[in-house]
Amino acid sequence: MNPVIEKIAGWREEERKAALATVVKVERSGPLGPGTSMAVSEDGQVVGSVSGGCVEPAVFEEAMAAIETGRPKLLTYGISDDEAFGVGLTCGGIIHIFVERVDW
Amino acid sequence: MSIISRWRELLAEQSPVAVATVIEGPEASFGGKLLVTPDDHEGSAGNEDLDRAVVEAARGLLEGGKTETRHFGPRGQRRMEDVAVFVQSFAPPPKMYVFGAIDFASAVARVGKFLGYRVIVCDARAVFATRERFPSADEVVVAWPDEFLKTAEVDRRSVICVLTHDPKFDVPVLKEALNTEAGYIGAMGSRRTHDNRTARLKEEGVTDEALGRISSPIGLDIGSRTPEETAVAIAAEIIAFRTGHAGGRLAERSGPIHEAAPDVAPSPDARDAGRNTAGAARDPR
Repeated sequence: MNPVIEKIAGWREEERKAALATVVKVERSGPLGPGTSMAVSEDGQVVGSVSGGCVEPAVFEEAMAAIETGRPKLLTYGISDDEAFGVGLTCGGIIHIFVERVDW
Repeated sequence: MSIISRWRELLAEQSPVAVATVIEGPEASFGGKLLVTPDDHEGSAGNEDLDRAVVEAARGLLEGGKTETRHFGPRGQRRMEDVAVFVQSFAPPPKMYVFGAIDFASAVARVGKFLGYRVIVCDARAVFATRERFPSADEVVVAWPDEFLKTAEVDRRSVICVLTHDPKFDVPVLKEALNTEAGYIGAMGSRRTHDNRTARLKEEGVTDEALGRISSPIGLDIGSRTPEETAVAIAAEIIAFRTGHAGGRLAERSGPIHEAAPDVAPSPDARDAGRNTAGAARDPR
C-alpha cells in the first residue's frame, strides 16, 4: 500500500481539498528517487516526504498555494554541495518537484 | 470513481498501474493526468492524439516497472520536446525464490521480506518445507525445485537463491534458473561445492557465459557466519547486482552515494515508502 495515495484518496472522499507533490527528477546525488511523494490537505495535514527533510517546508507552502489556486507548478530546488546543509538537502544535487491540486 | 480513488484501489489489490502527469507543456495539457492499466485508461493529457501517445508509452514503462519522464509534441508527436510527461509505474512486488528449506533459508526469507520481495520457499522434503519453519515466507511449496521452477512466474525483477548445496537438487534447479530471465541467480556452497557444481553444470552442457550469470558462492564477502549474517551478505549482493555497484566501504570511496542512473530500478519496497515501485532489473547478461 502507498500511504500517500491512500491518505489523499481518503481526504478527497471526505471532500477535503488536497495537493500532491511528487519528485519527478533528481540530478546528481539525491536521497529519494523520482516518484517519491508528499500530500497536503487543506487543513494542513501532511503525509510522506520529498527529500531528506528540509525542502518540505517550502513544498508545503507551494502545496497550500496550489490548493488555493488550482494551478499546478513545477518546482526546482538546486543546491550546490557547499550550500546543501544550509538549505537542507542532505546530499546536494537538484530536485524537481511537481505540485498539483488533486481534483482528478 | 475519481482517478485518485481508482489509483488507491489498484494499489491495494496490487494490480499494475501507471500514472502519467503532464509536467511541462502548453496550457491545454499542463497538469493533465492519465491513469493507465494494461487494459484501459482514464483521464486526459489535453487532447486525444497526445492521450494515445502517452497511454502507449505508459504501458511500455509499466511493463518494465519503470518510472521516468517522456517527451512528446503537443499532439503526441515523437522526436519533439514541447510536452514533458512524468510516468510513474506501480508494479506488483518482485519475487524471491528460495530453494532449500535449511536454516539459512529462513534467514534469507526474512531478509527478502524485509526488502519487499514476495518470498516463495521451495524444497522437495516435506519435513523441512513447512509453514512453521518459514513464518515470514509468502508461500512454502513442497516440490522438486527444478519441476517447480519450470512453471513458476519468473521475470527480470525476480531473484533466485539456491541454498540446497546438494548437487542432486542444485544442478537441475540452476539449469532451470538459467532458462529464466531472473535478474539475480545465487547458489550457496563452499569453494569445493562451487567447483564441483560448476563441473557438473558444464558436463550438462551449460556454457561459461551462462555460468557467469550465477553468483556462486552466493553473497558479498563480509565474513558472514551465522544464517542471519549470511542472509545480510546475500541481500547486499542482490542490491549491488541490481544497482550495478561493486560493494565495499563507502568510507573508502569518494563521489556521490546515490547515482542518478536512469536505468536503475527502485528498491522493491519503494511502494511502501510512498515512492515508485521496483522497476526492471538490470539486464543480467
